Amino acid sequence: MDLGLSEEQELLKNFARDFLEKECTENLVREMEEDEKGYSPQLWKGMADQGWCGLIVPPEQGGSGMGFMDLAVLTEEFGRALVPGPFLSTQVGGAIPLLGWGTDAQKQAHLAKIASGDEMWTLAVTEPVARFDADGVQMEAKVEGDKLVLNGTKLFVRDANVADFMTVAVRTKAGGEDGITLVIVDAKSAGISTTQLKTIGSDKQCEVKFQNVAVPKSNVIGEIDKGWPILKQLLLKAATLEAAYLIGLAQADFEITVNYAKERVQFGRPIGSFQAIQHKCADMVTDADSARFLVYRAAWAVAEGEPDAEQAVHMAKAWANDASRRLVANGQQIHGGIGFTKDYKIQLYFRRQKMADLMWGDADFHREMVAQSLGM
Amino acid sequence: MDLRDSPEEAAFRKEVVDFIETEAPRARPGMSYETLAEEGQRWFRKLSERGWIAPAWPKEYGGAGMSQIEQFIYNEEMAIHRAPRPAHLIIGLGLAGPTIIVHGNEEQKKRFLPGVLAGTDIWCQGYSEPEAGSDLASLRTRAVKDGDDYVLNGQKIWSTLAHMARWMICLARTDPEAPKHKGITYFVVDMKAPGITVRGLTNMADTHEFNEVFFDNVRVPKENVVGQENRGWYVGMTTLDFERSNVGSAVGMVQEVEDLVDYAITWRRTPVSLLDLNPLLRLELADRLIEAEAGRMLSYRIASMQNRGLIPNYEASLVKVFSAELHQRIARSKMNVMGLYAQLMAPDPMAPHLGAWSHQYLRSVGYSIEAGTSEIQKNIIAQRGLGLPRD
Repeated sequence: MDLGLSEEQELLKNFARDFLEKECTENLVREMEEDEKGYSPQLWKGMADQGWCGLIVPPEQGGSGMGFMDLAVLTEEFGRALVPGPFLSTQVGGAIPLLGWGTDAQKQAHLAKIASGDEMWTLAVTEPVARFDADGVQMEAKVEGDKLVLNGTKLFVRDANVADFMTVAVRTKAGGEDGITLVIVDAKSAGISTTQLKTIGSDKQCEVKFQNVAVPKSNVIGEIDKGWPILKQLLLKAATLEAAYLIGLAQADFEITVNYAKERVQFGRPIGSFQAIQHKCADMVTDADSARFLVYRAAWAVAEGEPDAEQAVHMAKAWANDASRRLVANGQQIHGGIGFTKDYKIQLYFRRQKMADLMWGDADFHREMVAQSLGM
Repeated sequence: MDLRDSPEEAAFRKEVVDFIETEAPRARPGMSYETLAEEGQRWFRKLSERGWIAPAWPKEYGGAGMSQIEQFIYNEEMAIHRAPRPAHLIIGLGLAGPTIIVHGNEEQKKRFLPGVLAGTDIWCQGYSEPEAGSDLASLRTRAVKDGDDYVLNGQKIWSTLAHMARWMICLARTDPEAPKHKGITYFVVDMKAPGITVRGLTNMADTHEFNEVFFDNVRVPKENVVGQENRGWYVGMTTLDFERSNVGSAVGMVQEVEDLVDYAITWRRTPVSLLDLNPLLRLELADRLIEAEAGRMLSYRIASMQNRGLIPNYEASLVKVFSAELHQRIARSKMNVMGLYAQLMAPDPMAPHLGAWSHQYLRSVGYSIEAGTSEIQKNIIAQRGLGLPRD
């Protein structure tokens, strides 16, 4: 038993930290908030060159051949640096479903391009009803000959404004878990219209409307009507990575805040010498550490296919959501007025905490899943 | 990162499980406290014979010499099997023994350690005083050198088990002129010595655990000084580090929550289940499980760090605060689950779990106070761990 990272993972983590400190500056993060695309082509290319876009893609397809745990470790650093752009979307919408359940032809067509950074992907699951269970998938797809014809709306789809392909969850048959199908949709297909949403995290989430969008049957991932078990696994992985993003974000907020408490002088002494501030900082490190190890535990369990992986993910996302929310609130309070301004960096973390907290299930949703796993 | 047992760890776990399953008494419904205590004694003797009464002690001193990971497994299996722990020996095993192993001389090790290991000697702790609680270094009990002895005068408080103890580890001031941390000496005091008066204090759970101890010209031979004269503060800090890094407590909380969930699911005095009557309980209990798992991972982090040769710093204080406060939340959730029955105390025959849970609710008030309050632990985390300035 060992709770530490492997040497290779430490290397990846440290390298990513150094790279992102140089290439993903606060200025870039701010610029991308206002940018139409929401990502920097130069940084994207740099990430692809590092082998990150294809981190979990096998070397035969031009990837780095690493595993899901490594991806979680890298994602933690992305949270730390608030990396803008479609990296996570491409993993969750493209690399992970294709590697896990794609046909040989689908893999051949896309994995190399994902690894090289030439294709961006996203996962389109949620709809106006905004749920993460099987009943949340209502958008209809009719099977017509060798095609599926999609009609309906997907909402809160990340990076659909730049995605080349989308993995879309559709309903091919009425009912609950039975009747869901996962299908790869070319974003340039006729009948798709995308509108950007204005979001708290200034990321690029979209409403995507499908009007008689025809997709070949060969684009189905898994089998028609049998998509739910795959989607469930995908959502667990997506939640795990989002939680990894959160712990990186929280750690950075915590470090910025403790440094500020050491430097900011009031009443003739650093505010960090006041017990009221010290105890908040102690609470912050408790939240940061507890969340990190629950997330590592979940990522490891998912990567290893452990029988308790599902419960571990629900525990990790529930806790990471709550703990990081408490943490960034303490970060704001310790900074006082300056932290409340748009100019100072701490608000960038506060806003993205809520984004990642909501994405792939808030704390109440995951708590409910833990309750169910206990037979309650 | 690997949360599975290595083959060696798996073998060790099996050894522990086999031993517990063969030897440990199980609490059975309706079992009297007397029977439990009697069976407990037999079990502690078995642990002692097996060499497992002191898992953390080095083998050369009669301990089990378990690695941190082995201790984690040992504690975890004890919790999973709900095996009784020798709580009355905890000060000897967890605090006095390890401190004597680190700071004591050979003579002291020979003299004091066997009684701890045999489970025959109960130890108590003479640290706090009425005017020295969180500010321990301001303690005033005086020890004045007189020939080959020191003469102690003063008062200690919160001395758990002093009324049953054979020995006390005691901090007393030997140099009142020195700065407050530098005039303290660490003694082992014979609780049978003339001039010692023990007065019991009853806690709010109506239990006599701790005491006041008065010293009236108590003679302590100089052989009983652990470490050097006036260096006792640093010896005492070793004891506190042992106390705080005792990771056992956070390991058993998952099992406590499981028992709680089991109660909520199986309670059948109404046709409607408890969870239907109070749907908020479901999420509350889910939270407790998540928190208990977080606590388990934080404990495990310490074991994992030590196994890699790293020295935990603020991490032990962090686990202490986290598990103390979580333990209190678990105690509150137990009360929530029991509803009106939560007010029944032992020996009321209708009290769920023989009144143990309502007792725990009262007892748990002390968790965030004893062994360093949560506030003091947070000071340590902030100052020692995060490098925030002292005032």
